[in-house]
Amino acid sequence: MKSKKLKNKITTFLIVIAAYVIVEIFLLTGNVSSLLQGLLVPLCTYSLCAVGLNLCVGYLGELSLGHAGFMCIGAFTGAFFSVTTADIIQNDGVRFLLALIIGTGCAALFGFLIAIPVLRLNGDYLAIVTLAFGEIIKNVINVLYVGKDSNGWHVSINSQAELGLEPGGVTYINGAQGITGTPHSSNFTIGVILVLVALFVVYNLTDSRTGRAIMSIRDNQIAAESVGINVKKYKLLGFTVSTAIAGAAGVLYAHNLSTLTALPKNFGYNMSIMILVFVVLGGIGSFRGSVVAACILTLLPELLRGLSDYRMLIYAIVLIAMMLFNWAPDAIFFREQIMARIKKPKREV
Amino acid sequence: MSFIMYLINGISLGSVYAIIALGYTMVYGIAKMLNFAHGDVIMIGSYISFVTFSQMGLGPVPAVVISIVVCTALGMIIERVAYKPLRKAVSPLAVLITAIGVSYLLQNVALLVFGANPVSYVSMIAVPPLKLAGGELTITGITVITIVLCLVIMGVLMVFIKKTKAGQAMLAVSEDKDAAQLMGVNVNGTIALTFAIGSGLAAIAGILLCSAYPTLTPYTGAMPGIKAFTAAVFGGIGSIPGALVGGILLGVIEILGRAYISSQLSDAIVFAVLIIVLLVKPTGILGKPIFEKV
Repeated sequence: MKSKKLKNKITTFLIVIAAYVIVEIFLLTGNVSSLLQGLLVPLCTYSLCAVGLNLCVGYLGELSLGHAGFMCIGAFTGAFFSVTTADIIQNDGVRFLLALIIGTGCAALFGFLIAIPVLRLNGDYLAIVTLAFGEIIKNVINVLYVGKDSNGWHVSINSQAELGLEPGGVTYINGAQGITGTPHSSNFTIGVILVLVALFVVYNLTDSRTGRAIMSIRDNQIAAESVGINVKKYKLLGFTVSTAIAGAAGVLYAHNLSTLTALPKNFGYNMSIMILVFVVLGGIGSFRGSVVAACILTLLPELLRGLSDYRMLIYAIVLIAMMLFNWAPDAIFFREQIMARIKKPKREV
Repeated sequence: MSFIMYLINGISLGSVYAIIALGYTMVYGIAKMLNFAHGDVIMIGSYISFVTFSQMGLGPVPAVVISIVVCTALGMIIERVAYKPLRKAVSPLAVLITAIGVSYLLQNVALLVFGANPVSYVSMIAVPPLKLAGGELTITGITVITIVLCLVIMGVLMVFIKKTKAGQAMLAVSEDKDAAQLMGVNVNGTIALTFAIGSGLAAIAGILLCSAYPTLTPYTGAMPGIKAFTAAVFGGIGSIPGALVGGILLGVIEILGRAYISSQLSDAIVFAVLIIVLLVKPTGILGKPIFEKV
């Protein structure tokens, strides 16, 4: 059992590394279209997010529809740090690392604070509260203005003019226009490294005493409580780690764009749902599945670009068909029958 | 005076939310699933009524009837094709994701058929505005119609559930599916009926929503859908009076928040109130407390 788990882990790492090497070879030989090149960092971002959410959904057993909100926090705090310290810290790598720590930390902090009251709720109520939280974050960031001049920092939630900056002052966060001029510090290599680190963290967490405590809460909270497991502590821990990974994904995302805005498209509930789709389609509880599903589903609309208007339609149909094929009891039965028929002749020989 | 004006507008918007929330709450009560595609059924209903009324030139009554019939059929087809095979799936998330897939599907079908450009919806409700307090307070016809219609729908639905066999079957299925089946209730039929009613109401909600806010795009249904779902949770999901209370409170908070606090933060205010309510009363305002058995 132990060796099987280990094998499973190593396979996942090898798949990610192999995929990275193959892509790098294609990049070096110049066989990758610019469109696909632009997708490489988002692929890592979504994979990271899906891994984070899978920890929450698959191991903690709580449905969160607000992970885009935590990603948003990570993205904005990380980008804010990078923009404000662009002159002070010259080294790109060091600045990104610090931004990463700050973004991840802030997302984890918010995750922790929101989790304290919210994890008392169960199931769909938790889902709706996290969804609401994500929308609040997006909404607040869209009206947030932060600038700096010789008098220090100015903050407003109404308009840029209200900041009252002196001439020469700089607006860092400009409401709905977001943060502009974030240094391009992230690239595909950093993205893959982050995915590997996140996988390492979640695999170790779920395969530890702590991880088993978390899973026991998922399987039966009352039973877990009665054997002395501190339900609140482990729930908080699981949720916070999950949001921290989403925050890291946000930092990676932000440093790939020159203009960072909080639109419904990238940080709204649609994004949270998209991440959930990766998790469920990849297999709840399977981190490897999350990464693979995130990659396939992000690439699919681009690969279908030739079909222009019909691509999202086909995407939707594929999604429904895959869900029915994977999860419907009738489909599972049918699949097993076919498998049995294929396997039978072998047994006779 | 302006406060009363905002209040009435809020109640009107809330009534639309309440009608949409009914669809969510009934489906949730019976099938225990979040029907994410409900908001998009609203959008389809609005487009159908737009095409039949504004483009084909049919009268308001046939347009409304056609819209309701199409949405009802659509709701039942979605349930049969996409949700029913997954009803006994291992994870309840499977049907949630499928609902999201259906939502994308409806949006993209609408995008292909009607295009991405917003169409300006022509209101088919020609009721003269109500003037109160010596002309100081003007309430538009659509506002009056929306509020009255919402109350009528609520009343009819409550009577339907209390007094008819089909309504009692709904209650039984929502209480315990297996026990209802043993008692001879047609569970599949009842669930299909619930989807039919919810989707029919979505058509009405779509017409009311677009009459008050006359811009129609393939994504029109998404945000009201989410808000109405929030309203359903707010009032206590699974409860029909809860949908009314939740919807109207949400509408009033949204309009008052937009008017007096910040127009840009109105959504944030709505969701913040939701979070506070759920933390104080975790099953919603009118929800029944859940007891956990070991």
